[in-house]
Amino acid sequence: MGWTILLLALREIRRNLMRSFLTVLGIVIGVAAVVTMVTLGNGATQSVSDQISSLGSNLLMLRPGQRMGPGSGSLGAPSFKAEDAEAIRVQVSSLKAVAPTVNRTTVVVVGTKNWATSITGSNSDYFTAGNWTLEDGRLFNATEERAGKAVCIIGATVRKELFEAHSPVGDTMRIKQFSCEVIGVLAAKGQSAMGRDQDDTVVMPLRTVQRRLTGKQDVNTILISMQDGASSEQVINQISLLMRERRKLSDNEDDNFSVQDTKEIAKTLSGAIGTMTALLGAVAAVSLLVGGIGIMNIMLVSVTERTREIGIRLAIGALEKEVLMQFLTEAVVLSAFGGLVGLLLAAIACYGLSIVLSLPFLFSPSINLLAFGFSAAIGVIFGYVPARRAAQLDPIEALRHE
Amino acid sequence: MNDAALTAEPDALIQLAGITKTYGHGQAAFQALRGVDLSIRQGEFVAIMGPSGSGKSTAMNILGCLDTPTSGAYLFNGVHVESMSRDQRALLRRNHLGFVFQGFNLLARTSAQENVELPLLYRGESAAARHEMGMAALRSVGLEAWAHHTSSELSGGQQQRVAIARAIVTNPKVLLADEPTGNLDSKRGHEIMELLVSMNRDHGITILMVTHEPDIAAYAKRVVHFVDGQIAHDRQNGEAA
Ligand SMILES: Nc1ncnc2c1ncn2[C@@H]1O[C@H](COP(=O)(O)OP(=O)(O)O)[C@@H](O)[C@H]1O
Ligand SMILES: [Mg+2]
Repeated sequence: MGWTILLLALREIRRNLMRSFLTVLGIVIGVAAVVTMVTLGNGATQSVSDQISSLGSNLLMLRPGQRMGPGSGSLGAPSFKAEDAEAIRVQVSSLKAVAPTVNRTTVVVVGTKNWATSITGSNSDYFTAGNWTLEDGRLFNATEERAGKAVCIIGATVRKELFEAHSPVGDTMRIKQFSCEVIGVLAAKGQSAMGRDQDDTVVMPLRTVQRRLTGKQDVNTILISMQDGASSEQVINQISLLMRERRKLSDNEDDNFSVQDTKEIAKTLSGAIGTMTALLGAVAAVSLLVGGIGIMNIMLVSVTERTREIGIRLAIGALEKEVLMQFLTEAVVLSAFGGLVGLLLAAIACYGLSIVLSLPFLFSPSINLLAFGFSAAIGVIFGYVPARRAAQLDPIEALRHE
Repeated sequence: MNDAALTAEPDALIQLAGITKTYGHGQAAFQALRGVDLSIRQGEFVAIMGPSGSGKSTAMNILGCLDTPTSGAYLFNGVHVESMSRDQRALLRRNHLGFVFQGFNLLARTSAQENVELPLLYRGESAAARHEMGMAALRSVGLEAWAHHTSSELSGGQQQRVAIARAIVTNPKVLLADEPTGNLDSKRGHEIMELLVSMNRDHGITILMVTHEPDIAAYAKRVVHFVDGQIAHDRQNGEAA
């Protein structure tokens, strides 16, 4: 009996291709939406944690000002000095690298080409803290740092924009009034979690940038890399105590600086993206449910439309359960097929969007299976009412139906 | 009700005794059949006539096991039908009855062949058997060449012949036809009647047919007249009126 019913159901679907297509459209869209949302969300989460870890493991960022919410920036809070970084290096235990940084966006000129980029002044610890690897050349030496020599290490994007294929090491770049020798090239890191191109950068000794570009002794952010296995809580505590002391804060004053743990940032970001994904997934799931109601609606219309056909089947001797099964099978075949088409659409959409949004494409078998199973289940649930109505028709009434 | 009438006649295929049918309830109740006794033997060709509203279709629906009587007894091949469940009656229709309707009632957008094979599908016949029996039935109504045409590509007369092929494809004991020529012009009507006569003569199929046209009824061997839900007279064709 099973094959017969399946055959009957498939014939009906084929006989009404347009209606069948409209019936499953809701399911197709619902499944595609759910799977796309969840897949892209997973990709985004993955991408954020990848990028955070490319920032450097066990990395802390010390900034002036409190970062509690909007408007509470560094205004009014005194900047750090290179000496603060030195004090941390000497007095706080379990550290791997301490890099005071100062930033400035400036145009860099090589020959006839110029390029606006972000210039960072720091020390050679900066490369350890930021997980940078050198592709070509060398890092600063202590003499260059101390003397504030005009030497620089460039990121992959700057290299690409300003230099030909040959190695730029030994060439000079013009930055404002001074020229600067390229001593190293950094390996590419790609986009940051916020979408910034991390490779669009030039790094020089801190003192060089302070003297020649900012003209101040101020330091913006101090990057602190902890040793593996160090307790970030303890380290943050030590840094906070030290900074409060150095900034002469009394007990009833709040911190006028903040220490951020990139791991915490990563957790917060992934959490936020996870919540977003769940929310969008839920919205998409509702559309899947609406698709199911669409199936029920069209199946009910189709039962009315096909009343006479059902009458013929019943008169010929079809059993109630055979008619029920036929209609149910039609609904399930349709919704399962719709589910498959939806999965295919989702795969295409995810592939395309992951390229456009430069997210990793993480194919998740579980969400695909779940969405497919759900669509088939929707066929059973929403197909049942119309199928039962069809099966319970009175053959005489049904045959008389216009 | 009238159990006495049910001392089964040994050669009767169909036996109705004291059949009544009431539609609706209370004030709106309407008695369409008021005690019908009828006995039909294997191989008969019976025409049921009578004025509109006299209960012919109601009687046919009960005879065809599509409907159940309000009271009375119905023996089909010696088995009580009036107390059967819906599914039991469906199986009886599937195995022993064939239907031809005034409006043809073929499945739309479906080939003649698929229409004819439909009852075989429900009987669980194999694809090969379905094909063979279906084509044989189409051949017997002269439409072998039209097997792949859908009903909209066939004339009314052809559609009714496909319907007859579908009704006889399972080799039923009884073929029930409610005004089979009602939607056809008289030439096609007579062609259909010739076909029914040959089915009755060559295959021994018992035929029960409703009509209000005397020249159509003339093809039958026996004519039963309904008036007001009762049989007014019942005579063999050729007997004096
Ligand atoms: N389903 C029904 N509900 C109510 N009355 C009905 C129904 N079917 C038939 N009738 C009534 O029963 C009577 C007999 O109908 P029917 O058997 O169709 O007559 P015929 O076929 O002889 O014209 C008619 O008066 C008709 O109105
Ligand atoms: Mg009638």
